[in-house]
Amino acid sequence: MKGSEAIIKSLKDQGVDVVFGYPGGVLLPLYDVIYSSDLKHILVRHEQCAAHAADGYARASGKAGVCIGTSGPGATNLVTGIATAYMDSSPVVAIAGQVSTPLIGNDAFQEVDTIGMTMPITKHNFQAMHADEIPGMIKSAFYIAESGRPGPVVLDLPKDVQDEEFDFESAPSMELPGYKPTKRGHPLQIKRAAELILHAQKPVILAGGGVILSSSSEELLKLAEITGAPVTTTLMGKGAFPEDHPLSLGMLGMHGKQVANFTVDDCDCLIAVGCRFSDRTTGSIPLFAKNAKIIHIDVDPAEIGKNVDVNVPIVGDARIILQSLIRILSQHKTPAMEANAAWTRHVTKLKNAFIPRLSFDDIPLKPQQTIKEISEAITDDTIVTTDVGQNQMWMAHYFTSKIPRTFLSSGGLGTMGFGFPAAIGAKVAKPETDVVAVCGDGGFLMVCQDLATVKDYDIPVVICVLDNRYLGMVAQWQKLFYNNRISHTKLGEVPDFVKLAESFDIRGEKVEKPGELRETLKDALRSGEPALIDVVIDPDEILPMVPPGRGLTEIVGEYKVEREYSGEIPYKQSSKVEGD
Amino acid sequence: MDKQRTHIISALVLHKPGVLQRVSGLFTRRGFNIENITVGTSEQENMARMTIIARGDEKVLEQITKQLNKLIEVIKVRDLDPENTVKRELCLIKVYTPTERVRSEVIQYANIFRGRIIDVSPESLTIELTGAPDKIEALLDLVRPFGIKEVARTGPTAISRGSKTI
Repeated sequence: MKGSEAIIKSLKDQGVDVVFGYPGGVLLPLYDVIYSSDLKHILVRHEQCAAHAADGYARASGKAGVCIGTSGPGATNLVTGIATAYMDSSPVVAIAGQVSTPLIGNDAFQEVDTIGMTMPITKHNFQAMHADEIPGMIKSAFYIAESGRPGPVVLDLPKDVQDEEFDFESAPSMELPGYKPTKRGHPLQIKRAAELILHAQKPVILAGGGVILSSSSEELLKLAEITGAPVTTTLMGKGAFPEDHPLSLGMLGMHGKQVANFTVDDCDCLIAVGCRFSDRTTGSIPLFAKNAKIIHIDVDPAEIGKNVDVNVPIVGDARIILQSLIRILSQHKTPAMEANAAWTRHVTKLKNAFIPRLSFDDIPLKPQQTIKEISEAITDDTIVTTDVGQNQMWMAHYFTSKIPRTFLSSGGLGTMGFGFPAAIGAKVAKPETDVVAVCGDGGFLMVCQDLATVKDYDIPVVICVLDNRYLGMVAQWQKLFYNNRISHTKLGEVPDFVKLAESFDIRGEKVEKPGELRETLKDALRSGEPALIDVVIDPDEILPMVPPGRGLTEIVGEYKVEREYSGEIPYKQSSKVEGD
Repeated sequence: MDKQRTHIISALVLHKPGVLQRVSGLFTRRGFNIENITVGTSEQENMARMTIIARGDEKVLEQITKQLNKLIEVIKVRDLDPENTVKRELCLIKVYTPTERVRSEVIQYANIFRGRIIDVSPESLTIELTGAPDKIEALLDLVRPFGIKEVARTGPTAISRGSKTI
């Protein structure tokens, strides 16, 4: 068997049914096998989109997504997508072509050191120097990508290795003596955590993306309900806990919900599950949950104590640990929930005081109204992807997410242009589910060429371009922190997004008035065809925020709330936005 | 918490190309202050042992250890207790010895330090010296006035005392 045939056979042995790729010179042997294979290959129009689509596929399905790019520029174009997957712990297997082995190191045509380049942005990477290494490498790549803390793995495959003949062994062996992810948490630490929770009067749960990755949403819900602890999430944790649940506080952090920020500030016990305490989540570390004992559950031991000092570390799979924790807590005589009733009441009161106002009849549309209309047009199981910037934070803040793996966003790397290709991957993974990409006009333009892909393969995603003709988030910072000096964040009047879509023979619609988006989006989803909706929104709307390096309660900008709260609010915003 | 100290980290790694790059790249990327790194084969087939000298407080050391352990090709990592560790370094020193008198003086110094003369030329002597890094520094200080033409040091490698292994 040839190396190239072994690649495809090994991928299929791993259960791969679709790959996102872009061919090139050194991939000719591989693509010659793909030509006559029943493996579905989706030709994207830029390798970055192949990586994001594989990532979106992985986030929507939980299975590793596969992308392929050629050597040199193909591999460098994959890099942004690989780094995005790495930061958000998404299982992606990226296959890169490489120049033939005798040419490696000679600066051959389209040669780049893919292994060296991707070392810091992958969980692991492999270079095959002989074809007989391929089956074991591909098996290992999927095992590493999907197990423990998931992450991307790169396979670098030189052209001559793809052409080399060898005897394929049916059951390739994996030699990974240094890789043993911890599953079960330490029983003593779990006991200590249970004791902390039982003694706490003001517990809060912080759920991160790890809850989704370990499929422990049910356990998380149970933990919240037996303890009465309110639940806040990170951006990556959105969907881990139903946000319409009475105990849900919404997202925490720089652009988090006020109630979440105030509650974490006040709590005496923080149960953090599968999160890495990023600076966007914590704000100033010394001020973060300053009165709380912190329990940190994570599968990656290196995350424990990296950013925040914790009192009880538990390393292992969140689901198994939460199950043990629930078992101990349930045995206790006084149910913790009753003990915490006063706290739960207090948080509910706080939450009611800060219900964000979503309905606005302004033209241009307010982002709040835009998110509201999107929410009204879609079902709970609809997968939404976001780009990065204001569109993302508006969605994170105002959109009510209820089901794991339905809110896909580039959290760690903050990659503009992620939303649309991730939606392609999600739709391919879940063809029966509606998929909506909520993008900014800046981010969408970075990847708009892949409208050709959704047209060619009839992938019916609907793109909502929140169009304010600004790189809105950077402009917001310029307004708030740089004396309103709008430096290179104003975008021009082009393109006409409707015409852009139409040039790819895709339906394009422009909406400007309240109510139009809801109906247009419903209609587009019903049509079963890809569509783009250009949503003209207010460029001046600012999402209140915690300035970088400040405490979570030091919010600048004023939230618009649903109704003025009549009772006494236990917390006040510390400062108003300056110069606005 | 902020007490900076020098740590000796011993790591057993797969003996494969690229492992050193992964380790040194990790140190650069995470901003760990690495003073020295030595690599060589170990007692086990296909395994190499790395001895890493790094500075930092306990928190930094914990991160270094954990991040090293995350590398797929790293098998075991241990922070060696400096009290119970033998640390040795090999140093080759080429000294300028233009005259008979200088040459014999340098040879005497080398002998006191139990160094060996491994090469002689009309104008130079090369000393081979093994020992703890401070012993090497001491000999270097002594011969410096004669003129050191070249120094090659391996950097320290280390092993724990007693029968325990990592």
